[in-house]
Amino acid sequence: MSTPTTTTETRPDSSASGNALTQRRSRPGEVAFRLAMQACLLIAFGVLAALLTWVLVKGWNRLDSRLWTEMPTGLVSRLDGAGVQSALVGTLWIISLVALICLPIGVLSAIYLEEYADNTRWYNRLLELNIQNLAGVPSIIFGILGLGIIARALGLGFTVITAAIVLSLLVLPVVIIATREAIRAVPQSIRHASYALGATKWQTVSRQVLPSAVPGIATGSILALSRAIGEAAPLIVLGAVTFITFNPDGLDSGYTALPIQIYTFITRSQSEYTELAAGAIVLLLAIVLAMNSIAIFVRNRFEKRW
Amino acid sequence: MSTSTSNAGSAAGSALRRGRRRPVDSTVKVLLVAAALVSVATTIGIVIALVQPTIGFFQQVSVVEFITGTSWTPTFAQKAYGVLPLVAATLTVTGVALTIAVPLGLGSAIYLSEYANPRTRKVLKPIIELLAGVPTVVYGFVALFALNPLLQKWWPTDDGPAFQNLLIAGIAMGIMIVPTIASISEDSMAAVPRSLREGAYALASTKMQVSTRVVVPAAMSGIVAAVVLGISRAVGETMIVTIAGGLTSDRIVLNPLEGAATMTAFIANISSGDIPVGSLDYDSVFAVGALLFLITFALNAVSIRMVRRFREVYE
Repeated sequence: MSTPTTTTETRPDSSASGNALTQRRSRPGEVAFRLAMQACLLIAFGVLAALLTWVLVKGWNRLDSRLWTEMPTGLVSRLDGAGVQSALVGTLWIISLVALICLPIGVLSAIYLEEYADNTRWYNRLLELNIQNLAGVPSIIFGILGLGIIARALGLGFTVITAAIVLSLLVLPVVIIATREAIRAVPQSIRHASYALGATKWQTVSRQVLPSAVPGIATGSILALSRAIGEAAPLIVLGAVTFITFNPDGLDSGYTALPIQIYTFITRSQSEYTELAAGAIVLLLAIVLAMNSIAIFVRNRFEKRW
Repeated sequence: MSTSTSNAGSAAGSALRRGRRRPVDSTVKVLLVAAALVSVATTIGIVIALVQPTIGFFQQVSVVEFITGTSWTPTFAQKAYGVLPLVAATLTVTGVALTIAVPLGLGSAIYLSEYANPRTRKVLKPIIELLAGVPTVVYGFVALFALNPLLQKWWPTDDGPAFQNLLIAGIAMGIMIVPTIASISEDSMAAVPRSLREGAYALASTKMQVSTRVVVPAAMSGIVAAVVLGISRAVGETMIVTIAGGLTSDRIVLNPLEGAATMTAFIANISSGDIPVGSLDYDSVFAVGALLFLITFALNAVSIRMVRRFREVYE
């Protein structure tokens, strides 16, 4: 008897308060704000998506095997049979060298900072600040470093190895910062357990900490390499802007790279060059976005949650 | 008895000490320190590379002329070395870029952090990170060949934007910076403790009030760091302005519809030609580079300090 009365009494009450709540939620100001925030997201990424689609459409006619089997040319009349093979091979050379130079140095630096360095010492703090600052130095400044020190003072000239060293130094902070975060995420208890079993510091680091941090390190490394692939500014300062119609055959060889080749095409006014530039951009984007996707996938899929 | 135990203890102690001093471990440490020193060497290398030619430059051009001169014409017959036109163009592009990127980036971050449901956020966050990796030469290309023709077509008056202009370079740069600002601001908003939001709701705040009066102020240092990082990227960005920003530098251009060379565009342009080493033009690249380095150095210092503050509060 009493139960139904209670429900009939509470029901209008709760629905009334529900109404009041819904009314409050749908105030015009609230709705407008929510829509405005949503619009920000849609505009920013809609424009970007539209632009990338435009590039794809623009370069559609050039997206065939010519792109990677043919060499670039400076002659408009021969542009129909031209591609960007030397740039693609140059990019592969540079990026392999960057991986060889940058990844070991970056990972070892991060191990030092996280596992060995005493953070209360001023020089270690300075080291840390220095890396954070380097991460924000404009890439063209690294080009100046390459021009003044590596190409001229060290006498390496305008070669593949100079480009690789400059890009390695440019993305080194990215690798260091990502590796440090991955190492920091490994819980102390793992290290303590390892020490308790009589392992030395290096045994602990190399057999326990590093293997656990591999997904984070891999993600950071791939992101760093993909950034190096897309960088054009430092290479422009290093004098890479010419039509190079041969593939690099050694560390001291001349070179061109995809972003540089694209820039060279853009500076030509003929529309055939614009089309070829769009095709080359699609190739560059495919490489860069594929690498970034792998990096993000690795992080989301394999990273351990402790 | 007692002597034998103490003997055993000291033996074990020395064994442990010997264990710590294994050759592998000390070699490894040397190697690690050497790797860490590479980044120090990089900074020192940058400073050396900049300082020497810059000193050479200022032996021929007075500092006062460099800082206050309103014409930058190293390639003209009548040479003038006043850096203000380059700085003005850099500031104009940065201003346009921020006008676009800050509202869009912050709005996106607020939506992702406060409104989007977790599943949407889980999909959108990686996409934003993915888009942050688009090479800048691509933005330069779309600015020149897609955005600018549109702008010229839709421009209401006859004196529309030039083929290369600061406005379009700034717009492209703004679009480029949005993912950076959105991603970092969202991180700092996500770090705001839930209890602060719930406290505000308990006081009958609406969602908008919580977002704008609780979450944004609480995440302010992270947001400021994101914006400063955005400024730093805009000031140092090269490819977009070189491709789409124009080359004028003989006078200060304040109208964003005209083209003008920024500091980075000048460096990229002059060094893609042949310049004799040791000439004044060669040295001027390094002088402008040094100024650029100082500006971004100051911006980075602010950004690093802000990030540190926002980490200290909630972690």
